[in-house]
Amino acid sequence: MIPGPFSYHRPATVADAVNLLSTLGDEARPLAGGHSLVPMMKLRLASPEHLVDLHGVAGLKGIRRDGNKIVIGAMTTQHELLASDEIGLSLPILDETALLIADPQVRYRGTVGGNVANGDPGNDMPALMMTLGASYRLEGKSGGRDVAASEFYQGAYFTALEPGELLTAISIPVPPAGHGYAYEKLKRKVGDYATAAAAVVLTMAGGKVATCQIGLTNLSETPLLAEDAAKAVIGTSLDPATLKKAAAAAEAIMSPAADARGPVEYRKHVGGIMVMRALQRAAGRAR
Amino acid sequence: MAKTHITMKVNGAEVEGLAEPRTLLVHFIRENLAMTGTHIGCETTHCGACTVDIDGMSVKSCTMFAVQANGSDIVTIEGMANADGSLSALQEGFRMMHGLQCGFCTPGMIMRAHRLLKENPSPTESEIRMGISGNICRCTGYQNIVKAIQYAAAKINGVEFKEAAE
Repeated sequence: MIPGPFSYHRPATVADAVNLLSTLGDEARPLAGGHSLVPMMKLRLASPEHLVDLHGVAGLKGIRRDGNKIVIGAMTTQHELLASDEIGLSLPILDETALLIADPQVRYRGTVGGNVANGDPGNDMPALMMTLGASYRLEGKSGGRDVAASEFYQGAYFTALEPGELLTAISIPVPPAGHGYAYEKLKRKVGDYATAAAAVVLTMAGGKVATCQIGLTNLSETPLLAEDAAKAVIGTSLDPATLKKAAAAAEAIMSPAADARGPVEYRKHVGGIMVMRALQRAAGRAR
Repeated sequence: MAKTHITMKVNGAEVEGLAEPRTLLVHFIRENLAMTGTHIGCETTHCGACTVDIDGMSVKSCTMFAVQANGSDIVTIEGMANADGSLSALQEGFRMMHGLQCGFCTPGMIMRAHRLLKENPSPTESEIRMGISGNICRCTGYQNIVKAIQYAAAKINGVEFKEAAE
């Protein structure tokens, strides 16, 4: 399988990358890890005339702490995320999620920025970023702006990115010490997208849930924040009746596609189960 | 489309060639460099038969353009034997433990196991299985591949390999 012809560009700075993308217009695509785009190009489902490879842009790499936030450069790979002590200490849910993405080879190349920017409803990081209250830095020819993850996703492969704009970094507020977290993903095999997945970040006080955020992956055209489900567990000790109520509230906002992963009813049903399991496991980890 | 001049180090030797930007790295290795040990299995990033080691990473060479590997340091299965031509610990492990039947997945398995053992010289069975989860074998059921990697780990660490009772 051979992709269609294209011109290859390898800028060294964000400014040059943005300049190329805006000058070349619709026929140009940024190339991050390439593990979504290159397979699409081989199938000729994508035939960009220009590829702007971001691997030469040093400014897009790295993980750093900025006050109470962790800032992750868009070209940071899943493998680098897993190797980072800072992430392991401050945002362990990122490690748990990254390990459920694809396989080791793909994680050496696949980037966090590509995962969140592509708008693929099957990607795992977007729902997680919404759950964590992250924001994305977008750089365009006329300057930069910050967009909340919760306002970034508009439809399958449709995002707030304007033509010529590049997602350069992800900024994540560090959850409080002692928070509980879990990412529960049901998949058919290693490397598969989620049949259903749920992210939970919560804090407990006196055996009861004090704060809670719940995100859902691959259960709609966009990642979802299950706000009613999260509200339903506040002030409870996550007793069985509350867990069922939260699952039902989450299922009410799911609208998955019927596909090889199962019919709509099944995917919503297991989506509710992922929410319950993630809540329980997160609570078990909270201190 | 104009061809690009590419230079890279493959198994310690400087090589060069011309390739269109759309040329996949695996095609460049097999066709331009005439090194056919790296296999093309699924060509869809699933099977891992095309795995090579690039700058210390296991990469599926069907999902990267040759032009992206310009200037990099690559090891393929052809570079895995010891300097005197004898089998490396991993190759010996696959031979001794019957870690292959048809052998099609073996170059990718060995290249992936090579990096796994560099990063984690004493992996548990579970770590080996997760470590090779991006490589598919349709013959062995993986049991003997896991043993082959355990054999190699023991040999590299200079300890006696004890086969687990089944």
